[in-house]
Amino acid sequence: MYIIIGGGGDVGYYLSRNLLKRGHEVLLLEKQDARQKTLADELGPSVTRGDACEARTMEEAGARRADVVIAVTGEDEDNLVICQMAKQRFNVKRTIARVNNPMHEDLFKKLGIDITVSPTRSILALIESELLRPPFLMLLTLKKAGLEIVEMTIDPKSKIVGKRLSEINLPRSSNLALIIRGTEPIFPNAETELMADDDVYALVNHDGEAELQRAFGM
Amino acid sequence: MNIVILGCGRVGALLATQLDNAGHAVTIVDNSNDSFQRLDPEFKGDKVTGSGVDEEVLRRAHVNKADAFIAVTNGDNRNIMASQMAKEIFNVKKVLCRIYDPLRESTYRELGLETFCPTNLGAMMLFDAITGKKVHNGVMPERKG
Repeated sequence: MYIIIGGGGDVGYYLSRNLLKRGHEVLLLEKQDARQKTLADELGPSVTRGDACEARTMEEAGARRADVVIAVTGEDEDNLVICQMAKQRFNVKRTIARVNNPMHEDLFKKLGIDITVSPTRSILALIESELLRPPFLMLLTLKKAGLEIVEMTIDPKSKIVGKRLSEINLPRSSNLALIIRGTEPIFPNAETELMADDDVYALVNHDGEAELQRAFGM
Repeated sequence: MNIVILGCGRVGALLATQLDNAGHAVTIVDNSNDSFQRLDPEFKGDKVTGSGVDEEVLRRAHVNKADAFIAVTNGDNRNIMASQMAKEIFNVKKVLCRIYDPLRESTYRELGLETFCPTNLGAMMLFDAITGKKVHNGVMPERKG
């Protein structure tokens, strides 16, 4: 594939290096003279000095035959214009833009950018799913039956660690369906002991939800 | 009319003052507080500091209630992006976008943006002044393609 990349920062540099290693034809455009020279020492003729927003530069870069144009500068407005110009003027089929402000993702899609990549959003999502895992999570609502499937993670400091299920006062309208301990699934019965960091999956009706949380010391 | 002007440079400040004097409700946005010194001391409109491509800043400038939006920062790409935000996110009816680069300007005109290009306008006027002919009447010549 022929790939044109706008913006020779760290992202543009590592991206170019990896794509070249995979055997693609790559042209990296960097508008700053000094930076372009540094990049050219590493990447050779795959780097050219130029502004990917400029139509003439893109014409000379052979944008008409590019399979993909990727814009990875640090400025969202520049990335937007690089991709829109590539599409509108040079009929490039696929455009990919780095989006620094995650709020701009929807706008870019609306304005015709094929793929947007938001490092900010990726890291935010990771923090939410990996670091801030909520101890009580509603997974699914079974509307007709008025039931919810919930996930609870047992806090190591909780009073219920080491207790058998028969010793815990569960709401009548609930059912513990599954415990995942590490990677092992356990189908619990009255004798099953709860341990720290267990993931407990339960069915509960809406009214019993608060009571269930209380029973698990949340 | 409610008018939002993005960019308080020479053009932005002059236009803001004129529209204000003509009785319009003007809000001017710039990312530097110092730029507002260019405004007439009597300027009665609102001043908002912040980036013109930040949705929250544009909301603070009440672009959602604007009848017209004019982008005249010194960055073509900034004007282009802000204008498209005014159209697509805030549904402003009249959006004007300054683009210095003639090639970029023709592309965005094709894409439906109402643009003006001081480079083209200046060159046409100078051409006419030098040749002594009135070749141009201030209207952009038709473009090929």
